[in-house]
Amino acid sequence: MTAHGVAIHLENCGKTFANGARALEPTTIDIARGETVVFLGPSGCGKTTMLRIIAGLETPDAGGRVRFGDEDVTDTPIERRNVGMVFQSYALFPNMNVAENIGYGLKIRGIGAAERAQRVAELVTLTGIEGLETRSIDQLSGGQRQRVALARAVAIRPRVLLLDEPLTALDALLRERLRSELNSLLRALGITSVYVTHDQAEAMTLGDRIVVMRKGAIAQIGSPRDIYFAPANRYVAEFVGAANVVEAECRDGALILPGGSLPVAHATPGRAVAMVRPESWSIVPATAATLTGRVETVIFVGDRLRVTIAGAADRPLLVDAPNGLAVAPGQTVGLTVPPGAVRLLAGEAA
Amino acid sequence: MTEMRRPLGPIIRRPHVLRARLLFAAQLVFTLLLAAFLIVPAGLSMLAGVTENYFIGVRSGLTLRWLAQVWELYADTILRSFVIAIATLVVTIVIGLPAAYALHRRGDRVARLVEEIITLPLAIPGLAIALALLLSYGNFSDFRRSWLFILVGHVIFTLPFMVRSIMAVLAAVNINLLDEGAASLGASPWQRFRDVIVPNVKPGLLAGSLMVVTLSLGEFNLTWMLHTPLTKTLPVGLADSYASMRLEVASAYTLVFFIMIIPLLVAMQFMAGRGGLTGGRR
Repeated sequence: MTAHGVAIHLENCGKTFANGARALEPTTIDIARGETVVFLGPSGCGKTTMLRIIAGLETPDAGGRVRFGDEDVTDTPIERRNVGMVFQSYALFPNMNVAENIGYGLKIRGIGAAERAQRVAELVTLTGIEGLETRSIDQLSGGQRQRVALARAVAIRPRVLLLDEPLTALDALLRERLRSELNSLLRALGITSVYVTHDQAEAMTLGDRIVVMRKGAIAQIGSPRDIYFAPANRYVAEFVGAANVVEAECRDGALILPGGSLPVAHATPGRAVAMVRPESWSIVPATAATLTGRVETVIFVGDRLRVTIAGAADRPLLVDAPNGLAVAPGQTVGLTVPPGAVRLLAGEAA
Repeated sequence: MTEMRRPLGPIIRRPHVLRARLLFAAQLVFTLLLAAFLIVPAGLSMLAGVTENYFIGVRSGLTLRWLAQVWELYADTILRSFVIAIATLVVTIVIGLPAAYALHRRGDRVARLVEEIITLPLAIPGLAIALALLLSYGNFSDFRRSWLFILVGHVIFTLPFMVRSIMAVLAAVNINLLDEGAASLGASPWQRFRDVIVPNVKPGLLAGSLMVVTLSLGEFNLTWMLHTPLTKTLPVGLADSYASMRLEVASAYTLVFFIMIIPLLVAMQFMAGRGGLTGGRR
């Protein structure tokens, strides 16, 4: 679909609250027109503050600028920024029914009742909440509220769509279903979107790019694949997906581990921190590998086995094995990994 | 003992049942007596208001004469009381609603301090407030003589009730979030106030309003100090009639007072019930 909305440029946007707490270090980031960017991080990492600065609900510290396209909106209040926002707890108006909630932004813009009704009907269809138009907010389930909130935010044809943990309040099953619905909706709308979440699966599914945040600063920006396969540092590696992070001496193109050696591409001699994803490992007979260990636990999780192997590295290694593999605790096995799947992490020994 | 064990349940349980029933009966009688102790004086007083001659008793006959006389003597007082109550209501809403909103939005130490200061008149005897008003403004004789002087006292006394009941609702519906939601849709501060804040605050506003009107109608302490012979209110007139009229007229006045105030109390009770429901939803 064609791209809608505007590009967002944040320049040196930091936020220090009145009590002196630094929520966000001065940060610069560009978000392209029509792109979906996900801010990912644990609570308190500054991702929501970033979103609220883009929305206009917080002003950045002196020196920070927010631009929508060529327009500087730093001093423009949220009501004149023309953004659509979906709040974590939805912020639906209890004094209005579903249709009135969705149409409120249009009413404020002075759009006549007939055109409004038509647009509301469009959105009701788009978000799959037909038949609920005259319900009061009290009578809706969590998932329905989420859809109403989304429809209401999109109704005004905003320049930017901002979503603050929109799925967090829902139960796991519903969250997964709405995640993919939301994904196709965002693709269909093609609008510049900023999405905040602490859920990495959401970030992977929805983001064109993911911004991993830590303690008020950006830890890494990249595509979901970059973030997953080439984490910039240990924090990103461990926050996104499961990761085996090992610290070891690197010599002769291999990591020297307690259970043997592990060949690494582009290795430089010295102390190194390396990461291997659990699914990258292959379990082979002990004689067929340079690295061996003892099977500690085998957990059958359906589509695969989750095996922990002790003695190979300084910490037990997490390995995902095919669910038909015959391994038993106590067995000594060999571990191999494709050379590209061992990722050296920059200077983060700790 | 052994025979008693056979038809087990009923026979062994019976003493318990009996005891429970006795206990219940005793509690009921006690409660009724206590309620009667509290209600009978009010009932007697109202009955006296429609009795031909209270010293002879009800057998002297029932009459509406005293009520008519009260109306004749005190119609303007009663009317004035309502004017003051409504005016108090208007002023407390105009001041209280924005004040409650501002205090809720700020929510910091200054806001709590202001809230304390607004609440202070609840703890200070009305007489003291009245004296302070008289000391400060008693010399502005036109103001002193008008009913507006009483209005000021009533506003000081009732404002905390309005502010507090609105603030309770503001906290319950998370108004800041709704406000941000409306702002994100392009609503100006005034539009947000009109479309989102006021409608969602309505339960608190109604509860506060009923409270303010009821308190204003019944306020005696302050008003007694502030009134002039030409600016009497309902309760002040009541005291006046007790002091200077025959007992039947004074009692008829009580009856009038009840008729005026009880519907308000019932409405308040009703609102409190509904307020409890709306407070629970999110």
